[in-house]
Amino acid sequence: MKNLSRVFSSRRTWAWPYVLFLVLFVVLPLLLIVFYAFTNGNGQFTLRNFADFFSKSEAVSTFIYSLAIALITTVICLLLGYPAAYIMAMAQFKTPQVMAMLFILPMWINFLLRTIATVELFRFFGIPLGEAALLFGMVYDFLPFMIYPIYNTLQKMDHSLIEAAEDLGANRTQVFAKVVLPLSVPGIYSGIIMVFMPTVSTFAIAELLTHNKVTLFGSLIQRSFGEGGLTMWNYGAALSLIMLLIIALTSFFGSPEDNDANQKGGLL
Amino acid sequence: MSRTNQPPMTSAQLEAARRARISRRRRFFSQTYLWVLLLVLYAPIFVIIIFSFTESKVLGNWTGFSFHLYEQLFTGNAGRSLNSAIVNTALIALISALFSTLLGTLAAIGIYNMRQRDRKIINFLNSIPMINPDILTGISLFLLFVFLGISRGFMTVVIAHIVFCTPYVVLSVMPRLSKMNPNIYEAALDLGATPMQALRKVMLPELFPGMLSGFILSVTLSIDDFGVTFFTKGSGGLETLSTFIYVDARKGGLTPELRPLFSVIFLTMFVLLLIINWRAERGNTKKQNNDK
Repeated sequence: MKNLSRVFSSRRTWAWPYVLFLVLFVVLPLLLIVFYAFTNGNGQFTLRNFADFFSKSEAVSTFIYSLAIALITTVICLLLGYPAAYIMAMAQFKTPQVMAMLFILPMWINFLLRTIATVELFRFFGIPLGEAALLFGMVYDFLPFMIYPIYNTLQKMDHSLIEAAEDLGANRTQVFAKVVLPLSVPGIYSGIIMVFMPTVSTFAIAELLTHNKVTLFGSLIQRSFGEGGLTMWNYGAALSLIMLLIIALTSFFGSPEDNDANQKGGLL
Repeated sequence: MSRTNQPPMTSAQLEAARRARISRRRRFFSQTYLWVLLLVLYAPIFVIIIFSFTESKVLGNWTGFSFHLYEQLFTGNAGRSLNSAIVNTALIALISALFSTLLGTLAAIGIYNMRQRDRKIINFLNSIPMINPDILTGISLFLLFVFLGISRGFMTVVIAHIVFCTPYVVLSVMPRLSKMNPNIYEAALDLGATPMQALRKVMLPELFPGMLSGFILSVTLSIDDFGVTFFTKGSGGLETLSTFIYVDARKGGLTPELRPLFSVIFLTMFVLLLIINWRAERGNTKKQNNDK
């Protein structure tokens, strides 16, 4: 028995390198964002960075605009993606797997390449780059991330529940509203998170799809870490902290620990 | 009155026929919806693939069929910067995936044997890089490297990629651990194996599928990454495929050689997914047969 506990305790230590790694490269860097956000170029405590942000109406409106764009993208993805996931999970195709795979495949291709492909497509058809192009491009980039988790939950659903509801006299609409939809909520949650989080924080996609005509919050952050020097970094850190807050709030509503892992990993 | 002239059909039969007609129509609409969605989703990809077979500098301008761009890409004449970007991307992906797999597997074994409370804390820390958007992971690491006075370059990019890949390895290995019979490791020790031998001959074979999918996942995540690389690569001229494309696209157009490259990547991914899918399906039928 003594021997056994020693073995166990020794195996527990195998995680220590990773714990050290996490502290050094995950926890400390996040603390540094907080540190830089509340200090000036000389390392003294200040709230100037936040005051700067809230006093610039341009920055605040960019922030609100980005939230709006991310929300609209998420809603469009949900409206387009849910029916697709539903049809694939319910229909009796010969090859539902292949169909699902076709929807997932774009997730595995570099998103910059995909974004540029859309830009080139717009150019090919002579469609001007701008807000509409931005929305289309974002939906195009992130739709698979909405379809996949919803498809996954719907597919794992116990189909005999539907039959039971039908036997008990529910019509199609009732079956959907009272059985299928409630059961697919976890998938919807993780789909929303997987679309909203990257869209609210993106910077490259907007630049490419609008030829720098539209500035999103992510671009604002990225630019403060460009040339500007130290004071700009402090300002950028403050903006990053605001974004971190948004992300923390969003992830609070889902349970990304389970879902995030399945998104890509579930495929293998 | 005309009812009586019709072939005798019970109301149940009529109802069934109506149902069949509706469900056929419904199936047609839903199938069409899926295919239209797929068509829109794949339109940009197809346009690029089609125009990878012509030499023109601008997309949409067909100047005759040619393999010229493919030739340039594969003979390494696509310009030095694109070549080095491809090599860098591959090297960074392989090195960081290898380290992530090692670090993550050890961590998973360790976490699995921890007490509930410690396990919860580590799992929370482990989930941070997965939840954090690229830009925040990138900026936080950027600040760390500046703070510690480490000059940014190849090494810092590899470290950054290990940061966001390892959590996925931990999560792919964990299910294998919980499926494993914990007694066989102890049995190996009781039968005289050293902990090292027990690890190599008993644990690793059991964990290998999880490690492999963690590794593949890491490679794809690393190749796919732009945001984190962007902030950790420094200004020493190190470019990966993503950052190269970004710089290239901001200059205005897509370098023609990127078209065949895109097509090759797309095809590789397509075939890879087909194989994975096919294997999974075969596994499923096997399992079903065994269950019978």
